[in-house]
Amino acid sequence: MLEIRNLHANVEGHEILKGIDLTVNAGEVHSIMGPNGSGKSTLAQVLAGHEAYEVTQGQIIYKGQDLTELTPDKRACEGIFLAFQYPVEIPGVTTNYFLRAAINSIRKHRGEEELDAMDFLDVVKKKAEYVEIDSKLLNRAINEGFSGGEKKRNEIFQMAMLEPTLAILDETDSGLDIDALKIVADGVNKLRGPDRAMVVVTHYQRLLNYIVPDFVHVLMDGRIVKSGGKELALELEQNGYKGVDDAKAGTEAVTS
Amino acid sequence: MAHVKEDKNTYLAHFDRFEQGGAASDWFLPARKTAMARFTELGFPTTKDEDWRYTNVAPIAKIAFERADRSAIDGVTAAQIARLAMADAVGGLLVFINGHFARDLSIIDSLSAGLHAGSLAAAVESGDAVVKEHLGKHTDSVTQAFAALNTAIVEDGAVIRVESGKKIERPIHVLYLSTSTASPFVSHPRNLIVVGECSEVTVIENYVGLDGAKYFANAVTEIVVGDGAIVDHYNVQREADEAFHIGTRHVRLGRDSCATSHTLSMGGKLVRNNVGALLAGEGAECTLNGLYTIDGEQHVDNHLRVDHAVPHCDSREFYKGILEGRSHGVFCGRIMVREDAQKTDAKQTNMSLLLSEEAQVDSKPQLEIFADDVKCTHGATIGQVDEDALFYLQSRGISAEAARSLLIYAFAKESVSKIKVDALREQLDALLLARLPQGASFRESA
Ligand SMILES: Nc1ncnc2c1ncn2[C@@H]1O[C@H](COP(=O)(O)OP(=O)(O)OP(=O)(O)O)[C@@H](O)[C@H]1O
Ligand SMILES: [Mg+2]
Repeated sequence: MLEIRNLHANVEGHEILKGIDLTVNAGEVHSIMGPNGSGKSTLAQVLAGHEAYEVTQGQIIYKGQDLTELTPDKRACEGIFLAFQYPVEIPGVTTNYFLRAAINSIRKHRGEEELDAMDFLDVVKKKAEYVEIDSKLLNRAINEGFSGGEKKRNEIFQMAMLEPTLAILDETDSGLDIDALKIVADGVNKLRGPDRAMVVVTHYQRLLNYIVPDFVHVLMDGRIVKSGGKELALELEQNGYKGVDDAKAGTEAVTS
Repeated sequence: MAHVKEDKNTYLAHFDRFEQGGAASDWFLPARKTAMARFTELGFPTTKDEDWRYTNVAPIAKIAFERADRSAIDGVTAAQIARLAMADAVGGLLVFINGHFARDLSIIDSLSAGLHAGSLAAAVESGDAVVKEHLGKHTDSVTQAFAALNTAIVEDGAVIRVESGKKIERPIHVLYLSTSTASPFVSHPRNLIVVGECSEVTVIENYVGLDGAKYFANAVTEIVVGDGAIVDHYNVQREADEAFHIGTRHVRLGRDSCATSHTLSMGGKLVRNNVGALLAGEGAECTLNGLYTIDGEQHVDNHLRVDHAVPHCDSREFYKGILEGRSHGVFCGRIMVREDAQKTDAKQTNMSLLLSEEAQVDSKPQLEIFADDVKCTHGATIGQVDEDALFYLQSRGISAEAARSLLIYAFAKESVSKIKVDALREQLDALLLARLPQGASFRESA
């Protein structure tokens, strides 16, 4: 489904991603871990198509096409969803309101009929229950004055509404209490399926108890330095990134 | 400056017709004469004048506008008026074509009890006591050239009077339609709104220019809000592309009264709004709400002056502008808190959204506070469409163009939502959306 080859990306002239290779197949859940500032969000934003990030080398192939040629909205129409690490507050636009515009834009792209207000509200009701988000929040301006946890829940709600093929969750677990974490994980698990894939960025093993990944990757200084199964997350939790870093340094020493 | 004298000659010639006297309206002649003398002395303001620093009215002074004549009324059809009238929503309609009262197009036969609405010219002619008491008493024709000019050569306008203790349910709509004429014309609409004690009324002044119309509207409105009265006033400018509009409004608020004056500038080549509020009675509350959207070479200047003369009054100024192209917006909000006006609570907000590199905004708060126990705040923001918000919306599947429109619309909506008259709010909403690419696509659930 997604193949990232030797991806290099800059922001404001600084190279942040320094050659990422990653293959994600349908049905898989990949977790990306790594220290602060290592480039996890950069990777997520690049996948979603943020203009501030310039791809300087390499390729991103999604469902057989070069993703870098698509605008962010077209990527969403093709089934990519990013749950933001820092969801944006947008005064004056309610979540329900813009989501209907979003869903209809996606449906139009797929050649499906637009949802009318009634049908839309039915779906909202169902999905809001499922991620246990207060429907009052959905009639407020997007994320404005939301608590950290409410913002994250709103991201998962939007994901549930849009039913993406490839969901990228950027630290959706940060700032959540344990109950909220379970709800979020539940929402993610319900979306899991043989036709879908997920990339879950997190610092914490605890999320991975609920969303059990097929693969865990360690991103350091713009490169994936180690990949493994779910046990790698446990290892990292115990030993931190220090050992991984040394291993990387070791490899470099050998190759140079 | 010889040519400035020439400019004034246009208006001196217009004044001639009043000078002979001998009419029933002579009681107003001394006021006209004084005002004409003041205008002649003051001349048109220049950008050297601090209050006009950002707004150059030379283009107005340069044109020898003709006095509009009544004949234009015959060219306007009832159907044209019907499209603008909001007839279902209003309790009275006064129509003026190129400044002249069009009795046959107006609907004033079945006004609710306690409400009087009609032509100012007729009221001046008949020596109406309320008009005699208030006309020209609330506007500064001594230092303000355009107000003086209006006072000197005003021909007509609306008089709206509400007796004490009456709640008028439906708004009164005053429609000023300007049509395309052989040569550019000037009109000096003059409105007087007098609201009795504990009464309630909504008045909409609506200035609409037809395509191709070239004119200068020099309007003045005086609003007298009685003790305990509630007034909701709208000034909507949908002037033609080549139109000049100088609008002077003055609201005087009595004790425990509440007045809101909205200024919605959606058209015109050069627009200047002088909006003044005098909080004259304790416990009064005044809100000045404004929104303008401009593009191309348009220029809109909002000059507000809120005068807290007595204690315990609140004032709110909330102005927003959306600027595109090479347009220029000006906001100057002066708040005066006089020595006696303790416990004043005044708040001013001015927000501008710049949609192009060349658009420009000058925003200037001016607080003059002579009392010590007051709360005065002001804030101004000038920004572009938020890139992060744009990306967020796009990442959900909304096109860049639609996302941008949605954000612009959201910015304006805060002001539009303050419009309490449903029909008017819907009209403005539709107007805003029509200007936004893909605006129609998110109309319904707005
Ligand atoms: N707009 C920007 N301008 C300059 N530097 C940036 C910008 N965005 C990101 N960076 C830098 O890129 C690096 C990677 O940032 P990124 O947000 O991808 O890290 P991260 O792995 O997600 O970290 P965290 O775990 O703290 O979320 C950091 O050093 C950051 O400061
Ligand atoms: Mg991050």
